[in-house]
Amino acid sequence: MKKIIITSIAIALFGTVNAQTSEARGIEIAKAAEKADEGFISSIVELKMTLKNKNGQTSERLLTTKTLELTADGDKSLIVFKSPKDVKGTSTLTFTHKVGSDDQWLYLPSIKRVKRISSNNKSGPFVGSEFAYEDLSSQEIEKYTYKFVEEKGNLLTVEQDPVDPKSGYTKRLVTYNKDKGYRFEKVEFYDRKNSLLKTLTYSNYKQYKNKYWRAGVFTMVNHQSNKETVLNFSDYNFESNLTEEDFSQAALKRAGK
Amino acid sequence: MNALKKMSNASNRFAKKWAEFIIKRKWFVLIATFILTMGLGSQGNMEFDGDYHVFFSESNPELEAFDALQDKYTKDDNVLLVLSPANKNIFTKENLAAIEELTAESWNTPFSSRVDAVTNFQHTSAVEDDLYVDDLSYESSLKTDSEINDIREKALKEPLLVNRILNEEGSITAINITVKLPGIDSAKEIPEVTAFVRNMVSDFKEKHPNFEIHSSGLVPLNTAFFESSMNDLALTLIMLIIVIVVTFVLTRNIYSTIATFFVVIFSIISAVGFVGLMGIKLTPPSSVFPTMILTLAVADSIHILVTMLQKMRKEGLNKIEALTESVRLNFMPVLITSLTTVIGFLTMNFGEVPPFWDLGNITAFGMTMAFIFSTTTLPALMAIFPVKTKAIKEQTKPKKNGYTLLGEFVIKQPVRLTIISIVIIGGLTFLATKNTFNDEFINYFDESVTFRSDTDYISENLTGIYNIEFSIGSGESGGINNPQYLQKLNEFENWLNEQPEVVHVNAFSEVARRVNRSMHGDDEYFYKVPDNREEAAQYLLLYELSLPFGLDLNNQINVDKSESRVTVTLKNLDSPDMIAFSEKVEKWLVDNTPPEMHAIAVSPMLMFSKLGFRQAESMLKGNIIALILISLVLMLALRSFKLGMLSIIPNVTPVLIGFGFWALYKAQINTGMVIVFGMTLGIIVDDTVHFMSKFIRARRELGYTAKEAVVYAFETVGKALVTTTIVLIAGFAVLSTSSFALNSYMARITVIIITAALIIDFILLPSLLILTSKKDINE
Repeated sequence: MKKIIITSIAIALFGTVNAQTSEARGIEIAKAAEKADEGFISSIVELKMTLKNKNGQTSERLLTTKTLELTADGDKSLIVFKSPKDVKGTSTLTFTHKVGSDDQWLYLPSIKRVKRISSNNKSGPFVGSEFAYEDLSSQEIEKYTYKFVEEKGNLLTVEQDPVDPKSGYTKRLVTYNKDKGYRFEKVEFYDRKNSLLKTLTYSNYKQYKNKYWRAGVFTMVNHQSNKETVLNFSDYNFESNLTEEDFSQAALKRAGK
Repeated sequence: MNALKKMSNASNRFAKKWAEFIIKRKWFVLIATFILTMGLGSQGNMEFDGDYHVFFSESNPELEAFDALQDKYTKDDNVLLVLSPANKNIFTKENLAAIEELTAESWNTPFSSRVDAVTNFQHTSAVEDDLYVDDLSYESSLKTDSEINDIREKALKEPLLVNRILNEEGSITAINITVKLPGIDSAKEIPEVTAFVRNMVSDFKEKHPNFEIHSSGLVPLNTAFFESSMNDLALTLIMLIIVIVVTFVLTRNIYSTIATFFVVIFSIISAVGFVGLMGIKLTPPSSVFPTMILTLAVADSIHILVTMLQKMRKEGLNKIEALTESVRLNFMPVLITSLTTVIGFLTMNFGEVPPFWDLGNITAFGMTMAFIFSTTTLPALMAIFPVKTKAIKEQTKPKKNGYTLLGEFVIKQPVRLTIISIVIIGGLTFLATKNTFNDEFINYFDESVTFRSDTDYISENLTGIYNIEFSIGSGESGGINNPQYLQKLNEFENWLNEQPEVVHVNAFSEVARRVNRSMHGDDEYFYKVPDNREEAAQYLLLYELSLPFGLDLNNQINVDKSESRVTVTLKNLDSPDMIAFSEKVEKWLVDNTPPEMHAIAVSPMLMFSKLGFRQAESMLKGNIIALILISLVLMLALRSFKLGMLSIIPNVTPVLIGFGFWALYKAQINTGMVIVFGMTLGIIVDDTVHFMSKFIRARRELGYTAKEAVVYAFETVGKALVTTTIVLIAGFAVLSTSSFALNSYMARITVIIITAALIIDFILLPSLLILTSKKDINE
């Protein structure tokens, strides 16, 4: 009897110890990835978004994205639509926050006004694509809890569970490449009923400034609807020296002109 | 001696040799047929498919149009859960919290992609330049009474909710779970969803006993199809008991009953093997095959057994002699009647509805096997069993029985009976044209089925279950934001809302109006579509950015933003009204909108509405071919062209009578009933064959006059025809208890047709035989 009790305590202890290490290891990897990407300060990139439905019908949108790195709080970003024609000049300004919901403004050139979107919804599709806003926004460590899953060669897989109860996902499985500055190779998204919803794969990686890995192509496949969205990034610019002033509401209005 | 007679003698000799061989090698035959049956049976595999798509062939134009629409937007099936709280008020803290809880749980439904409820409705509001998009009621348990009141007011004003998710009184609400079934194996996917939802609902009811829950939608429809297949399969057992009882009563011999039992069981096992070999998945129409086979196969055995026992009892032959003689006498008739039945069932392949192809093919195979077993296993078993009967020698000459009297009654007044028959048949034929097609799929299920009663409750209290959908094009990429397009779409929406058949309209123009209003500080004046394309496009972009997971517009607008989907919820309409309404809408679009906005109506309901017509159109050719083939078989069997032609009358008129009576009974026919012509033709022709062959034998071999020959036919086959008709009626009466109308209506009209066939064979056929004979031969 005693033996059994001891064994079960041992198993229980071992179990918890193991769980702790996997969580600790998970967060360690996420932090390593963040660190590897630290210090880029700001970037500008051109983006072509191609939406494809089950029948292969496609639709394109062109955008420019500016990002400003912040360490105290989440990054700031400004997205300007260049096409389709009827939304040309429409721009969004987002302040991501490490804790709580992000702030978001939209400039509508047709009425020349800035509107604030007051919504906790970050899980819906971004302009009809297979990307949710939460997939594209800055990846702040605090937005997830972590669990290390496996290591295969240079690839590390970490389960990340979103903290936000309004997230569309129960978890995502992120595969990092530890030899290449912990860049993302693949993310699998699991929906609220914990079945595989989408897979995002990163390809055409390039290293900038000898440090920052940026993928040229993001391919998101929705396994449930068989729709697909491809993002093509081009003309990465890390020399723009953007400042907080480039991410103000006034800047938002200017960007849309 | 003509060639045909030679052939007949040859077949007679063959039948005799066959009988002798079977009896001599009885053990070998028994074991061989047993191994054959088990071999086939081992391949047996009964899987069910409840997906409503099975009713449509791949080339069905309505299905193609519907699939095209689903490919453009999203392919969805749904479960609609309707909640009725006992206090008749959705808007209390407790009730809203309960709804929120069930909504959250609904997201866990397998394959779910979207859940719409009153609580998670994305409400837009504006304060100056801030746009708020949020759940209508989030964390309801923390709300104050005045907040709850606010929610109530907003909800009851919301056109997207009222009559769809919420009734006008705010006393009943719905949660609509959209599922995207992968469609790889619907036999597994659908039960998985159903099991989850049933479990969730029963847990919820336990926790919140003040809620009543009804469910409907396409997944429950599929489940109802699935379950009625299994229920109808269970009817087999009842029919088996009837077969055993009838055989025992007719033969009054335990061994014959056991032998018959083996023949029908072997036939069914073989048919199950066929199902497995062909990879057929059973559906409600095809799941009745065992009952069909039982009903039809037992006649073969009964003919052979009754003759054999008669030979033993009346003529005092020993068992082997009687058996040989019976097989010799019955081989050809059983072959011919089996052949006509097989032809009749195979004509179902001409139809448009795949489940009936399966029913036709499985039953045709089963009947072929029944013929084989009736002429092998049955005599082998009877040769093995120690059958003993007492020869009854008392009855030297049978007294005039009812059949003789009936025969004498007919021959007295053939002209009068013919005229009366023609008048009645004419009248009923006229009535038969008054039937209309109706394939309202909810009415496929009778009130004993929960799907039906729940759906009825929902359509009486909340919303319509039927809908039609349109994909309205703009002719250009991003064109849904074109003000002209939005304006027209809005007109279309308004016009639809004015139609008396319409319960609810969901169109993109409503989204455009709502967002426009929010962009103008919630000013009601701006509750109209934007009049500037850039504005419309940018508002839409803003709105789309603020929607949460699963509640996006992808189910309403295509990726290119060139087309949008209009969903019209309708009252319960029968098929002709449904078709008329969709044509009216299509015409409105042609008359009032530019060509790129013209669209055809599609929906599962519309597919079913047109199914009956398609089936009837395609079956017409099959029925004509069946009639020609069966008449040819008859001409050969009777060795008379004239009588073969004459046989068309008693073979065709029962169907006219059947549909004539149906016009008095229901006046609406469904897809399942379209197949009865071919099917019953193959069955009722047996009566005609038996009666006419006895008539011919009396004329040719015994030299009787036409009138004497008729009486002879009555005396010899009258009883046999009545008993086989009783077996058939019993079988189809069992099927008519099905809760599934495609099967029960088909069975009911078949009962009428088979009864009519017997009456015609007893009244009109003999009268015609006498009248036509008079012309050739002067007596």
